[in-house]
Amino acid sequence: MKILVVDDEPDVKALFEQRFRREIRNGEFQFSFAFSGEDAIQYLEGHASEIVMILSDINMPGMSGIELLKTIRKDHPMAPPIVMMITAYGDTDNYEQAMKFGADDFLTKPVNFTELKQKLQERYEG
Amino acid sequence: MDFFFVVFFLIQFIRKRLNTAVVLPEWDKKLLLARYTAIGLLAAFYMLNESTLVHWLWYPFVLSILYTIYKEKDFESIRSTVQSLFPFIAVSFLGDLFKLISPTQYKEYHDYFDVAKAFAFLWMLALWYNFQKQQKVLDKEREEQKRRDEENEAKKASLEYLVAERTQELTIQTMELQKALDELKATQNQLIQSEKMASLGELTAGIAHEIQNPLNFVNNFSEVSVELCQELEEEIKKTEIPDADKEYIAGIISDLSQNQQKITHHGKRADSIVKGMLQHSRTSSGKKEPTDINALADEYMRLAYHGLRAKDKEFNATLTTDFDSTIGKIEVMPQDLGRVFLNLFTNAFYAVAEKKKLNKDNPTFENYKPEVKITTKLFGGKLYIRVSDNGTGMPESVKSKIFQPFFTTKPTGQGTGLGLSMSYDIVTKTHEGVLDVSSKAGEGTEFKITLPVS
Repeated sequence: MKILVVDDEPDVKALFEQRFRREIRNGEFQFSFAFSGEDAIQYLEGHASEIVMILSDINMPGMSGIELLKTIRKDHPMAPPIVMMITAYGDTDNYEQAMKFGADDFLTKPVNFTELKQKLQERYEG
Repeated sequence: MDFFFVVFFLIQFIRKRLNTAVVLPEWDKKLLLARYTAIGLLAAFYMLNESTLVHWLWYPFVLSILYTIYKEKDFESIRSTVQSLFPFIAVSFLGDLFKLISPTQYKEYHDYFDVAKAFAFLWMLALWYNFQKQQKVLDKEREEQKRRDEENEAKKASLEYLVAERTQELTIQTMELQKALDELKATQNQLIQSEKMASLGELTAGIAHEIQNPLNFVNNFSEVSVELCQELEEEIKKTEIPDADKEYIAGIISDLSQNQQKITHHGKRADSIVKGMLQHSRTSSGKKEPTDINALADEYMRLAYHGLRAKDKEFNATLTTDFDSTIGKIEVMPQDLGRVFLNLFTNAFYAVAEKKKLNKDNPTFENYKPEVKITTKLFGGKLYIRVSDNGTGMPESVKSKIFQPFFTTKPTGQGTGLGLSMSYDIVTKTHEGVLDVSSKAGEGTEFKITLPVS
């Protein structure tokens, strides 16, 4: 399963790679990283069909996670990837907006990796 | 005969003009006596044969009357009238004297004397008439003056009334203005205070957000490092190196793992502080719901009490509740308000425990009974909640800072200094109430929550 992680913090890459070391080695998950909403859109243009799931931060400079979500839902209505939003602001406003624009799930920072791993595996198996 | 009329009318005139019967009763009696004397003299003149002698008696009588009038102050106002009598008396006297000295010659000039006497009499009457007329004009003027005075008096009174009324109005206005000014000042202070708290809260939340992200990385990476250490340990076991080296390497890995765990532990500690700070900006996800305030307060009071008891077995305090049972259920955010209660009670218990600890060896505090009290009262569309203790209290310098984030008097590690600042936010922002405190160093503290009840 190919997963695109969108976050403006470059260290997220190292963190995910270490956290999912075993899963990556097993070939369960394959991670790609984009460091802004614009980056993610660009990446999707070439790899749209490969990406099964997108994990995106909401608060990013430039294009926000919500805008990214809107664009994805508009441009790829036929083969929609699973989109999970991640944010440091666990308030109702963000949650409602994310759900309104078609997010599949909503996580708050700091990310509970055990929980995330479980969710990803459910999707992978399902 | 002529003297009788003159005297009679003079007396009549005096009595009437001066109103002696009322104003000068003493003189009135004497005047009446004089009148009777005149009547007596008149009677004597006609009845006795000594008519000439009696006639002469008129002179001392009349002169004595005139003299009295001239001399006495009481008759000052009619003195000029009396003067009109003089020509008549003089002419009569001269005539009578002439008659006495040479009666024969008198007969010859008798007519002249009569004419002179008649003129003198007329003169007297004219003067009297004139005087009477003048008196009337004067009386009229006096009346007029009196009327004017009265009018002025009335005007003055009404003016004074107006002035008094105006003064009263101004005084009331001044008082109202003073009151408004005081209220304005109080409101201004409140505004400054809440503005200060709001900006501090925002600042705190802003800092927290900025710290949260790097802190997440610290925690995440340290956690993952612990896992890596475990993997490393397993991998080392598989390699074929001398056991002594294996042990040495295992020791290093164990230290590394421990360090990572320490980083995680302290990172989590920092994280909980940041979480507390973030509460400031959290747009409350909770919804207002009908809540039994008394039960909520009671629950958190016990929670705080047992929380402290768990840490300090020695600790003991009397919990007093004075609940208004008529409150019913009130629309609040129970979780948020619960935090406020928990903070207030924790502080109250801490204050009484500190007081007991500080005065352990002081005999005057031997009978000190720590007490924490909660009072609720519904009154005039507002809910009043009081949390009071008889603990250490605080000086003004501490009291002015307690609602600021990070201000704490507790030793490092025991308090974040966020409890009261958050409580302040919850009460004033989310519940639009008022959180107030009064305290006396060494005697105790009282927190007052006032919530509007819709």
